[in-house]
Amino acid sequence: MRTILHSDLNNFYASVECVYAPHLKKVPMAVCGDPEARHGIVLAKNMMAKAAGIQTGEAVWQAKQKCPGLVVMPPSYGRYQRFSRMMKEIYADYTFRIESFGLDECWLDVTGHRMSGPEIADELRRRAREELGLTLSVGVSFNKIFAKLGSDMKKPDATTVITPQNYRQLVWPLPAADLLFVGPATRRRLLKRNLRTIGDIARCDPNEMRAALGKNGEMLWIFANGLDRTPVMEADESAPVKSVGNSTTTPRDIADEQDAHMVLMLLSESVAERLREQGLMGRVVSLGVRDCDLASFGVQRKLATATALASEICGCAMELFREHYRWGKPIRSLGVSVSDLEYADGDAQLTMFPDTGRERRYDLENAVGDIRRRFGHYAIQRACLIGCREFGAINPRDDHTIHPVGWKNG
Amino acid sequence: MHRAYVRVLVDVDETGKVCPLRIYWEDGRSFSVDRLLDTRRAASTKVGGQGVRYTCRVRGREVYLFEDEGRWFVEARDVPGEI
Repeated sequence: MRTILHSDLNNFYASVECVYAPHLKKVPMAVCGDPEARHGIVLAKNMMAKAAGIQTGEAVWQAKQKCPGLVVMPPSYGRYQRFSRMMKEIYADYTFRIESFGLDECWLDVTGHRMSGPEIADELRRRAREELGLTLSVGVSFNKIFAKLGSDMKKPDATTVITPQNYRQLVWPLPAADLLFVGPATRRRLLKRNLRTIGDIARCDPNEMRAALGKNGEMLWIFANGLDRTPVMEADESAPVKSVGNSTTTPRDIADEQDAHMVLMLLSESVAERLREQGLMGRVVSLGVRDCDLASFGVQRKLATATALASEICGCAMELFREHYRWGKPIRSLGVSVSDLEYADGDAQLTMFPDTGRERRYDLENAVGDIRRRFGHYAIQRACLIGCREFGAINPRDDHTIHPVGWKNG
Repeated sequence: MHRAYVRVLVDVDETGKVCPLRIYWEDGRSFSVDRLLDTRRAASTKVGGQGVRYTCRVRGREVYLFEDEGRWFVEARDVPGEI
């Protein structure tokens, strides 16, 4: 049987701020994005802010309504990355099988270590406290799913052990939505079948789950019964890139098709440039739209030939946009991504009548990329972006992004 | 208590090991480090901050000296000039 730990740094961003300014522990405090650039949402909060009912993801003004004395701190990403790296150095004293899930969460496979799982968990917590001034919640179990559920059970600074003997008592009463990959849509579909808890999923027939939710249904049944065998990836093993994408919350709402086209062009340029840098091209273009009420949807389309051209990516994204957005409300953010990737120098399908225009467009975009590398992003701009300073100033390629690495590996 | 950033004279040996020799106080006084007792990564629970913590014997007392991304600080009492 494996011994898997899931370690979660409690209120990570907020805790790091408290390390440098301990007086912030005694007041409600939240780390928030910049409201001027309309990224004004709560990214993390300390225990007192949590007690005041403040939730991650809500707008700063909502948070301040709930808690007028709230202290708002800007994020210091460089520092968070440094603390995350130092924590991983501590993990590396126990195992080389460390898989990150964002900056603040990791799975560790400590099977066969001379210390038991709970002993390692307790030592990790002590070291995080003493060496970094942070607290950890650790779940110890025999698979990744239960370990993650365990780290959520007791917070902060606690170890939770889930064994084959006790998982029915500990895990099964939890709501189905606590399970990894159960979002609002899956939860609604489960509710239709009166599956409310993880135990309900575990006790139902796997064939029924498959009928209800397809392959994912079967996966959830496996998760709920503790049968997940997904390995913890090794530290230097990075998952192959599956998609390249960019999204942005614009400085003002997108009010018409012309605005949308500008932003999609910016995003497509960034995605195309990153694809070409990695020598990749992709066949599927996805568009994500979020309106000013934060309602969102995503659609995608397969292209006839794989591409790394901004003009083609943008053209496809724009088609999708025209077909699917009805302008009920102005738009707050847009995203473009390209998946179903292949190597650009691979076995591309040869066409009977080569499109020389397309080759020239590649040359053109490569030349623009060169100019930008040498003289900066704003040295050359598309004419359609010159009229609008607000959107023209967005540089999705170099803007800071931190993403959790993907989980599903086939 | 507060975090007081200080000037420090350090010795770095050929393996990269760092040993603080003298701490310069902002009023011009300086204190020699009589002995380095311990080196470890730590967070300061008293004044906040985190880094490599050098436990030094200075004038018969144990003093924590922290190095945080190239800057050095001590846990200073809120009386001027006192470590």
